[in-house]
Amino acid sequence: MKATEIKDKKTEIPMVQVTINDQKVMIEPGSTILDAANKAGIKIPTLCAMSEINHYPGSCRMCVVEVKGHPCLVASCVYPVNEGMVIYTHSDRVVNARRAVLELLLTTHPLDCMTCEKNGECDLQDLAYEFGIKESGFGRKERNLPIDNSNPFILRDLNKCILCRRCVEICNEIQQSRAIGFGFRGTKTEVIAGLGHKLGHETKMTIGSKDNPDYSNCVSCGQCVAVCPVGALTDKAAEGKGRVWEFQKVHTTCNYCGCGCGFDLNIKDGKVVKVTSNSDSIVNGINLCVKGRFGNDYIHKEDRLKTPLIRKNGKLEPASWDEALTLISNRFQEIKKESGSDSLAALSSAKCTNEENFLLMKFARAVFGTNNVDHCARLCHSATVAGLAQSFGSGAMTNSIKEIANAPVIYLTGSNTTENHPIIALEIKKAVTKNGAKLIVADPREIELVKYATLWLRHRPGTDVALFNGLMNVIIMEGLEDKEFIKERTEDYEKLREVVLKYTPEIVAKITGVPAEDIRKAARIYASAESASLIYSMGITQHSTGTDNVMSTANLAMLTGNVGKENAGVNPLRGQSNVQGACDMGALPNVYSGYQAVTDPQAREKFSKAWGVELPDKIGLTVVEILNAAYDGKIRGIFVMAENPAMSDPDLAHAREALKRVDFLVVSDIFLTETAEVADVVLPGVTFAEKDGTITNTERRVQRFHKAIEPLGEAKPEWQIICELAQKMGYQMSYNSPAEIMEEIASLTPIYGGILYPRLGKEGLQWPCPNMEHPGTRFLHKDKFSRGKGKFIPIEFKEAVELPDEEYPLILTTGRVLYHFHTGTVTRRSKGLNEIYKEALVEISPQDAQELNITDGEIIEVASRRGKVRAKAKVTEKSDEGVVFMSFHFHEAAANLLTIAALDPISKIPEYKVCAVKVKKIS
Amino acid sequence: MNETTVIKNEELTAEEKYQELGNFIRENREKRGYLIPVLYKAQSLFGYLPKEVQKFIADEMNISVSEVFGVVTFYSYFKTQPVGRHTITVCMGTACYVRGAKKILEALEDKLGIKIGETTEDLRFTLGEQRCFGSCGMAPVIMIDQDVHGRLTASKLDAILEKYK
Repeated sequence: MKATEIKDKKTEIPMVQVTINDQKVMIEPGSTILDAANKAGIKIPTLCAMSEINHYPGSCRMCVVEVKGHPCLVASCVYPVNEGMVIYTHSDRVVNARRAVLELLLTTHPLDCMTCEKNGECDLQDLAYEFGIKESGFGRKERNLPIDNSNPFILRDLNKCILCRRCVEICNEIQQSRAIGFGFRGTKTEVIAGLGHKLGHETKMTIGSKDNPDYSNCVSCGQCVAVCPVGALTDKAAEGKGRVWEFQKVHTTCNYCGCGCGFDLNIKDGKVVKVTSNSDSIVNGINLCVKGRFGNDYIHKEDRLKTPLIRKNGKLEPASWDEALTLISNRFQEIKKESGSDSLAALSSAKCTNEENFLLMKFARAVFGTNNVDHCARLCHSATVAGLAQSFGSGAMTNSIKEIANAPVIYLTGSNTTENHPIIALEIKKAVTKNGAKLIVADPREIELVKYATLWLRHRPGTDVALFNGLMNVIIMEGLEDKEFIKERTEDYEKLREVVLKYTPEIVAKITGVPAEDIRKAARIYASAESASLIYSMGITQHSTGTDNVMSTANLAMLTGNVGKENAGVNPLRGQSNVQGACDMGALPNVYSGYQAVTDPQAREKFSKAWGVELPDKIGLTVVEILNAAYDGKIRGIFVMAENPAMSDPDLAHAREALKRVDFLVVSDIFLTETAEVADVVLPGVTFAEKDGTITNTERRVQRFHKAIEPLGEAKPEWQIICELAQKMGYQMSYNSPAEIMEEIASLTPIYGGILYPRLGKEGLQWPCPNMEHPGTRFLHKDKFSRGKGKFIPIEFKEAVELPDEEYPLILTTGRVLYHFHTGTVTRRSKGLNEIYKEALVEISPQDAQELNITDGEIIEVASRRGKVRAKAKVTEKSDEGVVFMSFHFHEAAANLLTIAALDPISKIPEYKVCAVKVKKIS
Repeated sequence: MNETTVIKNEELTAEEKYQELGNFIRENREKRGYLIPVLYKAQSLFGYLPKEVQKFIADEMNISVSEVFGVVTFYSYFKTQPVGRHTITVCMGTACYVRGAKKILEALEDKLGIKIGETTEDLRFTLGEQRCFGSCGMAPVIMIDQDVHGRLTASKLDAILEKYK
């Protein structure tokens, strides 16, 4: 046939010709009738199909069409096209069949559209309207099921359910929580949850969970709400707060973790009512986690700071902006005059925009005249920035999030991805369950992803270097290294080899507790993969050997040629939404934006010229050093922008005392944080919903914040605060908008050289992006490392600084949980998040609990050499014998009162992951 | 027919039953689609499938409880409530119905204090209904376990029930 000679221009595959409603359509073979109709611009109604996740089950029968010569109607979403097929999508027979389906659905579906949350965006309502069905010709049969109100965020009214199975599909196959499924049969079929009818929420980490089998293991991601075509699943918090046509939708970027998900803020009357998925979001599509979708109610919390506060007679009292800024300006200038520029310091924020971080580092350097500027990246990934810079030449995730799902092997270490980077965890799960990847998990804790692992290496906390050396020992001994890559792309291999050869699997097994045979197996799996992605997070960095650990990841990846290619790489997952950007912007004591060293005279001259002032050449102090210097009286004035060191720093008693000793402490934030409580002046900042700007996610993607509402009260975006303060202090700093600041960033920062607002669009840009024509960079080090050749750095194993002993026999390791973020400033103000996870828990192994006679839920005391806290015990196999875990979100039981301020000598990151504690029964 | 084959395991303690079920799951873990045989085994051990047993199965098989519950509720063979030592099935077929099956059923419900689908507190009887056993000549009939009792009146029931302890 002639038509078959027409080929697709790109693929050269012969096209198929079909006729739809007398219109001829050419389409690739293997396409469905629905695809062909879409191509022809003919709309076929569907109810069960989800184009967002490419799911076409063909079960709802709404999409049926008539195919000439075919005895019965076929489901167009699954039926493939054939050459010469003649299709009718709206013949009488088809329309009658669809009408019958609708009328059957409407026998049970409540006809209460006037009060239904879904009114205006309900697929069933739209179709009933289109077909003109007022009521079912089959009569009515009410189901009278009770409404399920058991989840804090999701309202389930199964009377409205049309059993399309979309929610079950996304919960089981994408989110893989498997909280819901189909149960019962025939007319009684319903979407069940857990062992019954209540969705509830996962309770495995709450107290007494074993006695409560009523709840499902729902993680409250709300994916089901996003895909429900009717009003069966709705956002509880938005109930009665507005109709779809009343909302203004503003696409923006989530401000929780480093994933960088996009979503729509739904605005009515100047208020954020809810968050909805937007399938245009490049990182996440329609996927979101519980915090992103439901955890933004803090924006309108009544205790938001709405005016500046000045400490008068020991109390913080409301003041005008002018009064506050004048006072700040005067006091900082006095201190500068009396004690010099280096007695001042600024703490920037990984929660603020790139523009704000850039301005604050400019402010510190140009106005204060000091390089004492740092931010919380010091506490999470400074080891990554330092370590990967030495090995590769630049410290960032080498590859992209979307590549993870295609990696044949994933080595995951020191990252509880499911809880800390939930959307990236979906990619890992997809890799394993859909694409057959092998997952190796190296983690002392039994994290959720262990369920997906081919191999789990449970090493003793703090023995990462030994484990990496052991893996490399096996790879070299068995000749599995990538000889060509080593020769062409790297240097100092011999030095590495010499050190690594000492670490036989047997020796490493003794150090780490991982069986030698498992080390061998893991090494073979990783080394023989076509490409392998190494993913890590703070379990690697937050050690006194953090930089060593990071350089070890680089050694392993280079040894096997897993850098500079697709679906591979060394991939540190960054914690805060903009911790990557805050580093990129030079909110660090040793570099300007784009990692240009302050000690490099050329760089210094460039910035000095642009900013019109002399700039200091001495490397400044890091976060912990700033507080230590404050403790000693050497730092007298600190400007803190949206950070909370009084909760986040190690050895809190010391850090809090240091903050109290500072002569003049200024904090800008959205709430009165533990740090703001001790400040001399507090300035009201704004949330991400109230400002424009950009943030850079963990895969180096620069994306937009779009302002959705006006600042609350007298609050101001931080970029304006910094500008106004600079001007008060006599330095000309003025911009009309964040876009203008970005122009300055681009002009001074080669890796951001081509990143300007008009270019960001829906997908943003991944740096390096040196010029306006550059499309951005999906993966780094393709033909050449940033530093030229990749450098192998041989590393000997060193123990953590504080090991358990007779007095403090247990190891404490700290981290986050899914439902909270960092110091809890915003998540603990979110109603639903607190309902699910309301108190600090100490995770302890059943063995240790038994020995100490501790039962689940009992309040216990955890003490280290630096402090003690009381919290409930959670007895769980997740903790290994001898190891207890606490999150650092809860001020009432602040884990950081216990942690040690032992610093990594290179990156100065504190050792949050290992310190010695004892656990005491109280009653 | 009594559709639930209750295998008596009164000699085993609950702990031993869980142990046996755990062993069965471990022996067959690698096989795909093994949930139904596991549920069958569990029901034969415990008599029915309470939530705790379903949760145990889900945990041991590394699958979700909703998957287990979905299968359990799909097949009428699987019981989520305890089943009595004896199952009474009242025929509600046409012949029995016109000859007073409804009255028989009401009398049974009254005497036992339970409704259809329920079990007496002492776990002696479970009450059920079916449509026609093919014994229309003896209508109205009931079955207790494998025995058919015909030409019934409510007054005969006490004597019949007495035989089943």
